[in-house]
Amino acid sequence: MLENIHILICGGTDCHNADAKGIRTEFDRQLELHELTGDAKTVITGCMGQCEKGPIVVVYPDEVFYANVKPEDVEEIVTEHVKNHRPVDRLKIKEPIDYKKIKNYSELKFYSKQKRIALRNCGSINPTDIKEYIGRDGYQALGQVLTEMTPLQVIDTVKRSGLRGRGGGGFPTGLKWEFASKSVDDQKYVICNADEGDPGAFMDRAVLEGDPHSVLEAMAICGYAIGANMGYIYIRAEYPVAVERLRIAINQAKDYQLLGKNIFNSGFDFDIELRLGAGAFVCGEETALIASIEGERGMPRNKPPFPAVKGLWGHPTNVNNVETFANVPVIFLKGADWFKAIGTEKSSGTKVFALGGKIMNTGLLEVPMGTTLREVIFDIGGGIPNRRKFKSVQTGGPSGGCITTKDLDTPIDFDNLVNLGSMMGSGGMIVMDEDNCMVDVARFYLDFTVEESCGKCTPCREGTKRMLDILDRICEGEGTLDDLRILEKLGNMIKDTSLCGLGQTAPNPVLSTLKHFRNEYIAHVVDKVCPAGVCSKLTTFSITDGCIGCTKCAKNCPVGAISGKVKEKHHIDASLCIRCGACKVACPVNSITTKPMGWEKEERHV
Amino acid sequence: MSDNLVKLTIDGKTVEVPSDYTVLRAAEVAGIRIPRLCYLKDIHEQANCRVCVVKIEGQRGLKTSCSTKVQAGMVIETDNKEVYDSVSGTLELLAGNHKFECWKCSRENSCEFLDLLRRFNVENDFSNAKLFNQKEIRVNQSSDAMVLDSSKCVLCGRCIAACQKLSGLGILNFNQRGSKTYVGPALFHNLEDAGCIYCGKCIQSCPTGAIRAVDEVKDFERALRDKSKTVVVQVAPAVRAALGEEFGYKIGTNVEGQMFAALKELGVDEIMDTNFTADLTILEEGSEFIDRLTNNKVLPMFTSCSPGWVNYLELYYPEYIPNLSSCKSPQQMAGALIKTYYAKKMNKDPKDIVSVSIMPCVAKKAEASRPEMGRDGYRDVDIVLTTREIARVIRHRGIPFRDLEPIHPFGVLASYTGAGSIFGATGGVMEAALRTVTEILEGHSTPVDFEAVRGLDNIKEATYIIKGQPVNVAVVHGGRAIKEFLERMKTTDKQYHFVEFMGCTGGCVNGGGQPIVSAEIQEKVDVRARRAKVLYSIDELNTFRKSHESEAVKTLYAEFLGKPNSHLSHELLHTSYRKRIPYSEVLK
Repeated sequence: MLENIHILICGGTDCHNADAKGIRTEFDRQLELHELTGDAKTVITGCMGQCEKGPIVVVYPDEVFYANVKPEDVEEIVTEHVKNHRPVDRLKIKEPIDYKKIKNYSELKFYSKQKRIALRNCGSINPTDIKEYIGRDGYQALGQVLTEMTPLQVIDTVKRSGLRGRGGGGFPTGLKWEFASKSVDDQKYVICNADEGDPGAFMDRAVLEGDPHSVLEAMAICGYAIGANMGYIYIRAEYPVAVERLRIAINQAKDYQLLGKNIFNSGFDFDIELRLGAGAFVCGEETALIASIEGERGMPRNKPPFPAVKGLWGHPTNVNNVETFANVPVIFLKGADWFKAIGTEKSSGTKVFALGGKIMNTGLLEVPMGTTLREVIFDIGGGIPNRRKFKSVQTGGPSGGCITTKDLDTPIDFDNLVNLGSMMGSGGMIVMDEDNCMVDVARFYLDFTVEESCGKCTPCREGTKRMLDILDRICEGEGTLDDLRILEKLGNMIKDTSLCGLGQTAPNPVLSTLKHFRNEYIAHVVDKVCPAGVCSKLTTFSITDGCIGCTKCAKNCPVGAISGKVKEKHHIDASLCIRCGACKVACPVNSITTKPMGWEKEERHV
Repeated sequence: MSDNLVKLTIDGKTVEVPSDYTVLRAAEVAGIRIPRLCYLKDIHEQANCRVCVVKIEGQRGLKTSCSTKVQAGMVIETDNKEVYDSVSGTLELLAGNHKFECWKCSRENSCEFLDLLRRFNVENDFSNAKLFNQKEIRVNQSSDAMVLDSSKCVLCGRCIAACQKLSGLGILNFNQRGSKTYVGPALFHNLEDAGCIYCGKCIQSCPTGAIRAVDEVKDFERALRDKSKTVVVQVAPAVRAALGEEFGYKIGTNVEGQMFAALKELGVDEIMDTNFTADLTILEEGSEFIDRLTNNKVLPMFTSCSPGWVNYLELYYPEYIPNLSSCKSPQQMAGALIKTYYAKKMNKDPKDIVSVSIMPCVAKKAEASRPEMGRDGYRDVDIVLTTREIARVIRHRGIPFRDLEPIHPFGVLASYTGAGSIFGATGGVMEAALRTVTEILEGHSTPVDFEAVRGLDNIKEATYIIKGQPVNVAVVHGGRAIKEFLERMKTTDKQYHFVEFMGCTGGCVNGGGQPIVSAEIQEKVDVRARRAKVLYSIDELNTFRKSHESEAVKTLYAEFLGKPNSHLSHELLHTSYRKRIPYSEVLK
């Protein structure tokens, strides 16, 4: 007998860490207790995207979406929903803005503007069961490719689809495959770059955890197209769940003869092995990744020669990112034209983003290219919490830049973001509000690159460190206007002369904030003030007329620097204040300010 | 060929070069000198330093000329304002983390980095800027031979490549990453224990003073001023072929006479010549070989004069220790004789003699400190100075080297034959040995020249018929070739009888202690051949060209040692070896 009710429990890393497995065990126990095992079955799936609200449970066919489920809630869901078909209102997910409870899953704004191609199976199938993937037309594309198409036709299809590399650069995938296919060699390789390293980015992890077979299938298709029989997935060891599911998937695919010798009786052999990386950011750069697989120190090599000509162990190699691969099978199932029709003219298809920072819905989403930043942040993301004002969105991780309010209506695609001084990157998207100091944000990203620079070439190794030193100096209140000029000079030099993409893009967070938030830098170096109140040495806390005299600030001040009578405006003694910011957090009416009056009205160009 | 040529324009000049040329090489054809730092032709072409950048019309940013291949129609500017600013900016970044103590730096007059800083008139604002962090200084001086000093390192990677490609070892690599990167053995472990053989190819490749030999100049200067001590100096064969370079002579100039004159000026008490003990080595080693050959003992016999090679064998092929000649190296033979024969002759207490050797070698420093190289609590060789170190002493004392009248050494162990002088070049030990061994075995005068073992091929092989028997010899130099040869020897059926090994490619003339030749000159000149030529012409001009013809050696046997391989020779001139395991201290 087939079960009528499917209880899907998100098993993405966040929900996994929030004890999704425990929830499942409890469901299974409760179902048995209430003799419902024949009616309902539980499934651990990949990421559903609403990571902050985990563990997430979706009950089908009603499409009821429960958030923050705890083990003690399980019995209620089982008795009420599964047994009596009365969904538990208390646990249903709510819209973040109007707190409206949602009847079913697809009604949620978070999902309604999304289009899931790369994430098509994430959150809806059991990633550890190949049959579920096959049930969703899995491996059909591979079969079609191997039995009906020539390698040239495969490459042509990918080219026509307009698919571009989702790892950051946006290089046309079909072209990349074509280069590798044209290199003559008995041995070629396909590499899947799963060394996702941007702070706050977890798109690839979600794909690998939720739908590992889509990547395996695409790698085999790529192998057929370029003439490779061996594939490697280079994945960071910090992704244990993804590694485990990939291992299971590879073994199952081998059992089903979808990997190995003579796949679909076509005479085509293809094998895949995992290689675990130690988590160096630079190993996401394809030549450094190749060096790492070879057992060398993970340092980038000069290009040319490109990997398509001379890659792994000197053989032609095609390296694509996880998300790029995840798109490939669909292109064959639904056709290049179908894919090309999605998105914008030069950037077809969709893009997965990991949304984080000052945003209501932290999580994973996939939108068609051409969706505006405003739609992503305010509609899907639910806007900025705590009634704060939007300030900037950072895309492209440590290689990207900050985009401001005036560019929020820009349709997202590879070229538009580059024109704004940022880049698509792998898909990290960090939202910042008025409480973020842009100098500090630039410093955060630069600190990351300084830490992660491999140390091979001079500009990146020494230059980024010096830029960081200067930013530290600025945040300490020791900066000068001259420092801003040195930052620009150094930044441009590093961009122009670094060996690999890491160095060439490392100055972007600094250069883009210098461009868009120059006033804030000037406030730091000339006025010795941090307008956002982040850089403690440059912050003076004061209370505005909006104070309602609730006394919360005074109660929370650890040094007793705040005085005032109930229902009267309070006052901060600057000589006692240690600038910890506790009052600002405590204030219910946002009346504690760090802004010196009037500084932002003046536009200064220095 | 012409269809493989491409035409391009560099700084307005049109050049036509083969299509596999880099922009850097093409510029050289056009007579344009592009600055570079990390580039070491064929050894290190990784484009780490970004000093050789040029502007290529139509391409974004700047490109490194050492790694960019030429293309037809390229229009290149090597020295416009953008390039100049970028290069001086890069150099300023490097300078910001470099510890400048040029007055006491071993590279005071051969620092490629300093030359670049001068050429670009580089500011040094970063090194003292407020709140700027300097990188952590790590100095590894755990060995008797070499020091790694991260404060001088510009992280160009040349030493790492040299260690891999010239010595075939790969002891050095980058540790840590980003701004914390430093060069050293894994975990900055003790160099000797990390398996280093002290060939010094890293020192010769370093553009600054980040890797250097252990400095013994001060000990030498103090010994000279100690009235209770007699300072006896010996000079190795290869030193005279290179020392002149430190004083502006062309590479390949023999400065033997001036060298001895300079030593006299410095005030040493007695000058000996290691060439003498080179001759002596031939008699000891030759007799050992004849014994092994005629009495069916372990063959092939391996030479043992190169301490780099001895280190290599002990560390990586200890199973061949029985093949290694038990003879000490000429340095240690001389040291032992100075402290015994000479001391007795001069009626001096060996403890009052400071035995100093001047060597083209870094490994000699470690060799002299081996516990078996001495007796009764004193060392046979107390101070080992490299060619570079003695040049520094001469320079710092203001001795006008170029104006000195050449002199002959005055010590009792100072005369030599041509065979002794060629010890400093690859194949020299073998040739010297063959000259003596064939004559002794054949019992009549045999030819002097053994051309087949000369030259710079990594592995040279020859067969000579001695007394009707074919004797297979081979000459191997440089760590890479050593490995190749020994691995081949394991599988081949060919019975070798006698093999000469040297740790450095080219032999001692290219030793780790020799004057440093800049990367740019290394590209153009084969330093090894030029210096070796000096030694072969000394050989040719010598009346005596066979070690056993040396009157001084004959006297030594008559007065002191008795005969080759006698009991006393064994006690003073022979040694033993031990198996060593790399990283054994970590593995413990």
